[in-house]
Amino acid sequence: MAKVLVVTSGKGGVGKTTSTAALGAALAQAGQSVVVIDFDVGLRNLDLVMGAERRVVFDLINVVQGVAKLSQALIRDKRLENLWLIPASQTRDKDALTDEGVRRVINELRTKFDWILCDSPAGIERGATLAMRYADEAVIVTNPEVSSVRDSDRIIGMLDSKTAKAERGERVEKHLLVTRYDASRASRGEMLSIDDILEILATPLLGIIPESQDVLRASNVGCPVTLNNTNSAPSRAYMDAVRRLMGETVPMTVPVERKGLMNRLLRRRAA
Amino acid sequence: MMNLLRLMSGRSGSAPVARERLQILLAHERGVGGSGAPELLELLRSEILAVVSKHVDLDPEKVVVKLDRGKFVSMLEVDIEVPNAAQRSKLVAAT
Repeated sequence: MAKVLVVTSGKGGVGKTTSTAALGAALAQAGQSVVVIDFDVGLRNLDLVMGAERRVVFDLINVVQGVAKLSQALIRDKRLENLWLIPASQTRDKDALTDEGVRRVINELRTKFDWILCDSPAGIERGATLAMRYADEAVIVTNPEVSSVRDSDRIIGMLDSKTAKAERGERVEKHLLVTRYDASRASRGEMLSIDDILEILATPLLGIIPESQDVLRASNVGCPVTLNNTNSAPSRAYMDAVRRLMGETVPMTVPVERKGLMNRLLRRRAA
Repeated sequence: MMNLLRLMSGRSGSAPVARERLQILLAHERGVGGSGAPELLELLRSEILAVVSKHVDLDPEKVVVKLDRGKFVSMLEVDIEVPNAAQRSKLVAAT
């Protein structure tokens, strides 16, 4: 049965789009059929991070408003044949999305895909509430930093009250994804630790994505990080997270960069 | 080793401060936009402040009203810091 997953955070710049692309690609790499939808109307970026920006013809708004058919707006990934993208509109504003239109699109996608990933815009306005509206599960992306944790708390409150599932008296299953984590700074008490964040937000942990240069490198070339360098630390962390999403029990670790011999020698000398 | 370095440089981690500030703030904010009564905490705080202020001089910032949401019961915690001089007048007022 299809699962609708919203990737949300409240705060901007914490890694929602990066995580949507990485989780979507990792699910597809695991053999699932996946569609990722950009809900950031007016400021679309998922197409760019996925490297499909030059192939956009129709978008989510066109489908919601009945101007285009769903099949016309679906863009197939060039690398993975079971990964698809529905881009957001770059020109309209967020009011162009309607609750009824989004419901219709999601219901149609449910019949075609295993996973429907909704990349939420930042904030708590219409775009963000509609992205989470029909979700079965939610990934809350949080940085180990006070403003991000505060906004995540707010979003968790909304997931528990403003979603269709919550209104039916059911629960949206929530998962916390901590990104840009620096284990050594956390161990020195310079950064909120995973335990701190979990205690404050009281939400089950899906994964810990370490701060890494590989993330920017992947977005520079328009490739989800899990596809760009399968062995990098963030890739392994996203892949572990996806195995947990699919119901596997995977021990929680913070993957570290695998340094070459030269790197290690240089580091030692510098320290 | 890191601890030693930190002691020598006179700096300590700021994460505990971040954690405490967040816990206090979120205890305040929870309910806003969530499922709880939105202004309940602020209402409780201002009414408690008004009642206690009749008898004691209080710094409004030192009145903390927290609601810890639990699965079955929630805990309402009221923390009022009373200055020492005022505390004496409170005792007088009480007798």
